[in-house]
Amino acid sequence: MNFRLKDIVPQLITVIAVVLIFGFFTYNAQINMENRGIDFGYGFLSQESSFDVQFSLIEYDGSHSYFRAYLVGLLNTILVSVIGIIIATILGVIVGVARLSPNYLINKFAAFYVEFFRNIPLLLQIFFWYFAALRALPLPQDAEAMFGVFFLTIKGLYVPAFIWQNFNIFFYSIVAAVIAIIVIRIHAKKVQESQGKQIPVFLISIGLIFILPLLSFLIGGVSLSFEVPVLKQLATTSFIYEGGVSLPPELIALTLSLSLYTATFIAECVRAGIQGVGKGQKEAAASIGLTPNQVLKLVIMPQALRIIIPPTTNQYLNLTKNSSLAAAIAYPDLVLVFAGTALMQTGKAIEIVSITMFTYLTLSISISILMNWYNKKIAIQEK
Amino acid sequence: MFKYLKQLTSLVAVFAVLFAFTTETMAAKKSKTLKNTQKKGFVRCGVSQGLPGFSNADAAGNWTGVDVDVCRAVAAAVLGDANKVKFTPLSAKERFTALTSGEIDILSRNTTWTLSRDADIGLTFVGVNFYDGQGFMVRKSSGITSTSQFKNGISACTNIGTTTELNMRDFFNSKGISYEPVAFEKADEVVAAYDAGRCDTYTTDKSGLAAQRTKMKNPDEHIVLPETISKEPLGPVVRQGDAVWEDIVRWSLNTMIEAEEYGITSANADSMKTSDNPAIKRLVGAEGELGAAFGLDNDWSLRIIKQVGNYGESYKRNIADTGILPDRGPNQLWTKGGILYVPPAR
Repeated sequence: MNFRLKDIVPQLITVIAVVLIFGFFTYNAQINMENRGIDFGYGFLSQESSFDVQFSLIEYDGSHSYFRAYLVGLLNTILVSVIGIIIATILGVIVGVARLSPNYLINKFAAFYVEFFRNIPLLLQIFFWYFAALRALPLPQDAEAMFGVFFLTIKGLYVPAFIWQNFNIFFYSIVAAVIAIIVIRIHAKKVQESQGKQIPVFLISIGLIFILPLLSFLIGGVSLSFEVPVLKQLATTSFIYEGGVSLPPELIALTLSLSLYTATFIAECVRAGIQGVGKGQKEAAASIGLTPNQVLKLVIMPQALRIIIPPTTNQYLNLTKNSSLAAAIAYPDLVLVFAGTALMQTGKAIEIVSITMFTYLTLSISISILMNWYNKKIAIQEK
Repeated sequence: MFKYLKQLTSLVAVFAVLFAFTTETMAAKKSKTLKNTQKKGFVRCGVSQGLPGFSNADAAGNWTGVDVDVCRAVAAAVLGDANKVKFTPLSAKERFTALTSGEIDILSRNTTWTLSRDADIGLTFVGVNFYDGQGFMVRKSSGITSTSQFKNGISACTNIGTTTELNMRDFFNSKGISYEPVAFEKADEVVAAYDAGRCDTYTTDKSGLAAQRTKMKNPDEHIVLPETISKEPLGPVVRQGDAVWEDIVRWSLNTMIEAEEYGITSANADSMKTSDNPAIKRLVGAEGELGAAFGLDNDWSLRIIKQVGNYGESYKRNIADTGILPDRGPNQLWTKGGILYVPPAR
């Protein structure tokens, strides 16, 4: 009994202390807000926001509610985080592997990249890409077309828009291809385990993913046309492109700086992971007759991934949180739209900051859970 | 008998202590902010992060501007020295939180007086020190000379957290023009982006446009369009709930404006004590007991005029002579065709 008590008491004290501290802050805030005549409440979320946002993934204008403005900001934050994570991962893996390359030039270049980009504060890099690179870009009327259809200008990147006919058939064809690939992979594994034969799964997969959608064009009635951006004059010297899709320069600068910065850290994780696998593993795998590709795929990578994933998760979280620096260059993310404009228009500082904090917490925890799940999946399975 | 005497003396002592306590804190009891300010020895004033003519710091860290002068006037009135001000530069987004949380005691940062701000968020506007309106700046080379030439797809750079964003939407909606709002947190970033050609137009209060134009790479390449799309009465703000402090700030501003009306300047203020006009004598502290109501001495208004100057002097020094807005427009006295009109100090 005594033993149990000794276990419980410290826990209890901790809980009470936490409750008391939070209680004190809440009470204090309440009293102060009452004294200063500030109401507390989340009712403002349903009110009309009456401000516009530059760039939104969902339909939004000032006649929508503050809650909708919150969603706009949240989706923009998720958009830049997802694109950033994908680019940073690809770049990070390439640079990480390049740092181990026996080629002197590649090796040193990768090392230089890592040391350069990870040692400059991120906010400065964002400003650099936005203001320095922006000034270097041409005005819309001076822009040279890339491949005849892309226009990179100071007002953004204009790309052709896809106009689909029977898009659903195309979509189903891709789903069918993916299902077929999964079935073939399972079958190939069985064949290998029972007969020792190898089926060229990779080649078949590539074939499927191209042939099925192609068929949908040929016999499924799917067609695709492009809407190329066209220059339009607003005034003597001001022009924009109309039609097509425009990516604002704020999004491009932010994605670029976040990816370039985070990729350096991921590259180091990858390098550590690969170097963390014993040399003996590679030699042992080669000695039982595996090809170099198989050595990498079946022996080195599965072990390296276990070392790479946990620190990389941290980098994904960092990237997501760092995306809040967007406010500095007018990219309408959660902080700029909701914790910025909406906070100012309503004056609901405590409510809005608490929602924003909670949102970032939820985002980070979701990434964390997803990565932990993946980490468990690739961890050593004890049988 | 002795027993009662002892009780009586202690009772007297208690009353004496209570009375002493109450007399000592009469003025301070009315205003916690005044008491704290006098104890600290400086006025805590929130200003902009740099808007020439309104609140701008030079290389040595000296703040100047008409908004700065309001805080200096309060310091002169309350502490006797216009230099006893601690300036806190604030972004548009931070300003109200800084005031309501008690980090500053006066917000004098080209802030528009609106109903929702006055009523909702624990603030009280004390007056107007600059009548402004929102306008647009464009490049001269664009050939645009009026907002009626704006076309669909125009991109407009501005600041977040201001009435500007709302006015801009109202304006473009009423004209049926689609536009791309590009909103930055800091004014310097707006200027940099507009100057680089990111936006076709830059919109904010006209005084702000005139001031920011001086920061452009080549100011002559830009013009402010004649149209004004909103009313922007800018003025100092205080926290709700301290009526005495509110009055002090309001009447410090009013004193500057009324001093101009009666021709009292920093140079001639002392000699005005012998004036025949009772209104002038009241303003320079030679007649009446106007300071007493705030818990201040009678020279409070004289100090404002001597140390900071009247409104006209402040305007000339900060806005006209710096070439920002040489023409006073509506910010002229009502007696000279403007709309500056303050209640009488009596």
